Amino acid sequence: MAKKIMITDPEKCTGCRLCEIVCSVKHNGVSNPTLARIHVVKWENEGFYMPMRCQQCAEAPCLAICPKGAIYRDPELDSVRIDHDLCIGCKMCVQACPFGAMGWNPERGRVYKCDLCHGEPQCVRFCDMKAVDYVEVSKLQSVKMREAAESYSELMRRHGNK
Amino acid sequence: MALNRKIAYIDLGTGKVNIEPIPLEWRRKFIGGRGLDAYLLYQNAPQGCDPLGPDNPLLISAGLLVGTMASASARTHVMAKSPLTNLLGSANMGGFFAPEMRWAGFDHLVIKGRAEKPVYLFIHDGEIEMRSAQNVWGSGVYDSQEIIRRELDDLEAQVLCIGQAGENLVRFANVMTGRKNAAGRTGMGAVMGSKNLKAVACRGSLSIQIKFPQEALEYNKEIIDQVISTKVSQIMQRWGTGFIYGVTNTTGLVRTRNFQYNQLPNSEDIECENLDKYSIGLDGCFGCQVHCRHRYIIKEGPYAGTYAQGPEYTSQGAFGAEVGCRSMNTVLVGNHLVNDYGMDTLEVGSMIAWAMELYEKGLITEKDTQGLKLEWGSDEAVIEAIKQIAFRKGIGDILAEGPLTAAKKLGPESLKYLIHVKGMSNLHSDERATPALALNIAVASRGADHLRGRPAVDLYNLPMKVLDKLYRNPDGYDGPLTNSYSEYEGKPRMVMWQEMVYMAVDCVGICKYHTVFLSPNHPQFKEFSKLIQLNTGLEFSDKDIWDVANRGYTVERLFNLREGMTRKDDWLPDRYFDEPTKLGLPVARGKSIDRVKFKAMIDEYYRLHEWDENGIPTPALLERLQISELRPGA
Repeated sequence: MAKKIMITDPEKCTGCRLCEIVCSVKHNGVSNPTLARIHVVKWENEGFYMPMRCQQCAEAPCLAICPKGAIYRDPELDSVRIDHDLCIGCKMCVQACPFGAMGWNPERGRVYKCDLCHGEPQCVRFCDMKAVDYVEVSKLQSVKMREAAESYSELMRRHGNK
Repeated sequence: MALNRKIAYIDLGTGKVNIEPIPLEWRRKFIGGRGLDAYLLYQNAPQGCDPLGPDNPLLISAGLLVGTMASASARTHVMAKSPLTNLLGSANMGGFFAPEMRWAGFDHLVIKGRAEKPVYLFIHDGEIEMRSAQNVWGSGVYDSQEIIRRELDDLEAQVLCIGQAGENLVRFANVMTGRKNAAGRTGMGAVMGSKNLKAVACRGSLSIQIKFPQEALEYNKEIIDQVISTKVSQIMQRWGTGFIYGVTNTTGLVRTRNFQYNQLPNSEDIECENLDKYSIGLDGCFGCQVHCRHRYIIKEGPYAGTYAQGPEYTSQGAFGAEVGCRSMNTVLVGNHLVNDYGMDTLEVGSMIAWAMELYEKGLITEKDTQGLKLEWGSDEAVIEAIKQIAFRKGIGDILAEGPLTAAKKLGPESLKYLIHVKGMSNLHSDERATPALALNIAVASRGADHLRGRPAVDLYNLPMKVLDKLYRNPDGYDGPLTNSYSEYEGKPRMVMWQEMVYMAVDCVGICKYHTVFLSPNHPQFKEFSKLIQLNTGLEFSDKDIWDVANRGYTVERLFNLREGMTRKDDWLPDRYFDEPTKLGLPVARGKSIDRVKFKAMIDEYYRLHEWDENGIPTPALLERLQISELRPGA
């Protein structure tokens, strides 16, 4: 299977927070953004919205700091996963994560994080704007390059390529 | 559970808070949101109470599906007796407040009394605190939310509040949340102001249990696809509601210079395509993929650099066609100011347009306006008048009283030029060429208003089989329907059906752009039924939901009748009948409403509602709806 990564584009985000709710319904069966693995951080006075979630770091601090080896790398999705049987609920990973992406569920007594919905992230599926997207690594650059070249190509089309 | 949210009775005078569960029987009869609010208003407002007095209960609610796996389930409903009309006050808004209120544990707030000093309420995980609003009073809508968030040390808190207009008891002050979400109509902000209640802040972490999570998630996707696959949604996703202006203005359906014309020629600058220059992106309410408003930056003049949201179609009319202005900058600034001061954009525009016509006719002069030249198309005059209304300065102090009281002060001649129903101004739509839309505003339960029962799809001249599919269900209507918008026949049913679907969508707390408003293919009773079942486990058939909507609408009617409304209030200003339209396409030119046919329309509308010839619900209807205890005189 082609390797994919999740990317975020704040310029596309409309701030609707649907990603938060589908995440909490998918994983917890409830609507509760405080349990969601993704959160839209907002600057309300400027109209700037930034979806924040686990970056599945290559050198993941949560994985490095876990005293029980309960956090591991899933080679198939290239994601950082939690083995809930090994987790002792010490919350070191919650403190270590530089993005606030590791959460603590007091009812379950366990930490939680984005598991990419086992390869079908629901936040991506529901985001019509694709402010969060899950793209093949091999296409990542070409897509961005095309987007970036758009204005240049517009100009060339309008004024001719002489 | 979505069903274990509470109702809180709050007395601002004594500080007493009483928290109760919501009986299942109320859910069965009213579902929640606006429907249940109507019942609570009827029960809690003493007959004839002063809308700005402590006895008038202010109701704030979240519909049954708010915050669940129901797309665009974002709506907050606000209700009270209206200080604008002295009848039913009711307004509805998007944003993020209602979901947060549910996560904080509450579906309905019933707020009575009056605080001695300005306060705000802070609601968090089942608890309600009353806090001093000393640091917030006097601030606009934008700053108020920011100050309260900082005071609570929680930037994620959701706040609804009033601006200076609500504090100054402008009778069409609104309740706002976020940059532009407005519970705009009927002066609910003045009711808050009269109670010294500046704001309600919410923050919650209480889960709403979804009855069948996986199925609800999948069905939500289906609904979203159903909504955003329609052309009209795709246009809204790109341009916002401002797209409507181009087509209605070209046709000749836009109220211009108060009511002198039905089109503003050469007004391309205020068309939606021009918003791209100012837009930094679109903005979505909670859970909504239609994201129908722009985030924009004002570029010119004293407000350059200001960030605001919108403008809606309504503001293009209010600060464009109605007042004869052709400047997008004026629309953007006007929209920003009314949002920050916390006033109904629609009522403000209408009041200024009316004053401009009086000024033109010499019924008011520079002496009355203290030098303000209220001339058609004057951008400066419009902006200045907005400020004068919010702060009750000069002529603004009179206009802030709303149509009927202002007309009383400015003399009986001024009344002739007023475009209102039941004391509330109309949208900038001109309904002289569209009898169905004219009927809608004449009979709406909150005064001249398009969001109560407008069959907007009538404007599409849809094939009959589409109308049959819509308007004959779910109660098996077999009377006439017509698909040309110039007709009178069959339209009362369309208006009544829309009243039911809008009431239903307001009970569940979903946005009207997610039901049959601008598209015939959007969700309605059948879809609501499945959404309720998957999210809450409650079983309502499509017909059950129709009955709930009918019950809620009937209670609103009973409230209006109790507060003194009569059949003569279900009527239009004379100008609709006596002044034919002058501009537009042939279908809209030279049109006026026919008095005799219009009266017949109202008779038919009453008959369909099972109201008698005076517009009073029949005892048989009340019995069937199980609300006989609300019978007039009971």
